[in-house]
Amino acid sequence: MAAGHSPLEQFEIHRLIPIEVGGVDISFNNSALFMVATLAIGSAFLVFGMRRQAVVPGRVQSLAEMTYEFIAGLIRDTIGSEGRRYFPFIFTLFVFILLGNMLGLLPYGFTFTSHIIVTFALAFVVFIGVTILGLVRHGLHFFSFFVPPGVPIAMWPLLIPIEIISYLSRPISLSVRLFANMLAGHTLLKVIGGFVAALGIFGIAPLALLVALTGLELVIAFLQAYVFAILTCLYINDAIHLH
Amino acid sequence: MTDDRRPSDLEDLDAKLRAAQGRHGGEPDRAGFASDKSGLSIAFRIGVELVAALAIGVAIGWLLDRWLGSSPWLLIVFFVLGAAAGIMNVIRVAKGYGGSVGYRKTGPGAAGEDRKD
Repeated sequence: MAAGHSPLEQFEIHRLIPIEVGGVDISFNNSALFMVATLAIGSAFLVFGMRRQAVVPGRVQSLAEMTYEFIAGLIRDTIGSEGRRYFPFIFTLFVFILLGNMLGLLPYGFTFTSHIIVTFALAFVVFIGVTILGLVRHGLHFFSFFVPPGVPIAMWPLLIPIEIISYLSRPISLSVRLFANMLAGHTLLKVIGGFVAALGIFGIAPLALLVALTGLELVIAFLQAYVFAILTCLYINDAIHLH
Repeated sequence: MTDDRRPSDLEDLDAKLRAAQGRHGGEPDRAGFASDKSGLSIAFRIGVELVAALAIGVAIGWLLDRWLGSSPWLLIVFFVLGAAAGIMNVIRVAKGYGGSVGYRKTGPGAAGEDRKD
């Protein structure tokens, strides 16, 4: 293992095109590059896949249709038919996170979902959106969300702050889950990868492990995108139906 | 010969298709979530829920203390409230209320409200 090739090096941010506007550093960095790549690949996948709308779909088209139906089924199961209008948002969120996780597995790739600020921004958008949705649909009645049903009034002063803290902790747990899974998984792959080089001929053992772990990472990359999407659905469901 | 084989091939394909559809239809809420709930994953989720609520509670207490100058009392109060919220989150995850931190489906007092399980 050469010096300077730490397992954490893959998470470093490099400025690619330095831009500064009014003293604020908004440089185009490798994180942004991979987000753009994610957008480009995701859009190309769907546009290209659905260009020829064959009755018997080809490989790309059937993959695009499967993704569509997967998210559509997810929304139907968690929110019901009312959730159909939130499909574009959840679909975009799912594809963005999934591709972001997957691109990080490529050699020289960068995983932007392994940065807490990125996942937190995503979770915060969901949180604010869901709160506004609840307020718009229910008005001030939305705040009854914080009152547990069937609780005597004497307990309200104690329980309402607890409920509010519980509600506010949603974006944190949502973002930390995705970020920590990605950070831990990719670091582990890199650490085991270091063993392969260091052990020479015996490196075949960690290499075999690495192959298995890469498969596991693919599953986790999918699962975390799925969990993010399903929790977003459940939050929207909560906001629409209250309790 | 080809006439003999064709129906059985089609039936075969039909059976396979039906099996695949069954699998696909059942996947979203069962298979996917079951694997999420396996061992380490659920333990990690519970840990995150616990700490997240506690962190929010401490942050609120600390900020209110700084704003009102009542250090350290609100920090202590909100630390306890945050811990309680964390435990409540954990109970909700463990009970499997759709895996959300959010609200229970039907509370004891809101049993009339019917929602999809």
